[in-house]
Amino acid sequence: MTTVLQVVGLTLTTFGVSFLLIAALGVWRLPDVLSRLHALTKADSAGLALIALGAACLKGRPDSLLVLGLCVVLVALSGVTIGHLIARAHLSEGDLE
Amino acid sequence: MILNFLAFCTLVATLAALPRLIIGPTAADRIIAAQLAGTGTVATLIVLGTADKTPALFDAALVFATLAAVSGLAFVALQRTRL
Repeated sequence: MTTVLQVVGLTLTTFGVSFLLIAALGVWRLPDVLSRLHALTKADSAGLALIALGAACLKGRPDSLLVLGLCVVLVALSGVTIGHLIARAHLSEGDLE
Repeated sequence: MILNFLAFCTLVATLAALPRLIIGPTAADRIIAAQLAGTGTVATLIVLGTADKTPALFDAALVFATLAAVSGLAFVALQRTRL
């Protein structure tokens, strides 16, 4: 259990999970919709990428690398674009009132 | 053992989106909470996949990633038609 790869994998995963927890705290506590969105997209892109990287290191098998890479790319791409669309919808909705 | 604790932390992060889902004054807050819950579930599945050596959980995480993407997109499209 103490090979270097596993230690690196564990630290990366812990870092990614802390990202996710901070983002969850941000979504809960931040005052404005746009700042909450800012916290959310951090969890989508950075937090999940770190967790998947740590998981890939811990797993050690190259075939899981493909699935994890696909998952990270999908979540990062969709999370960020949806964040942008939500911000635009929120701003345009604001002008109408 | 540490991985199970990490999986618990991601679960806590997913459930932390619940109050925002309930309180959220505008619809945008609710969809933000839904997106965070989606990402938290994907993270939990990935961490659990490494914890007990079952690669099938990664495919489940992939399914959840697409589900979160589609639900966010549906909300934005619905918002647009209603305006």
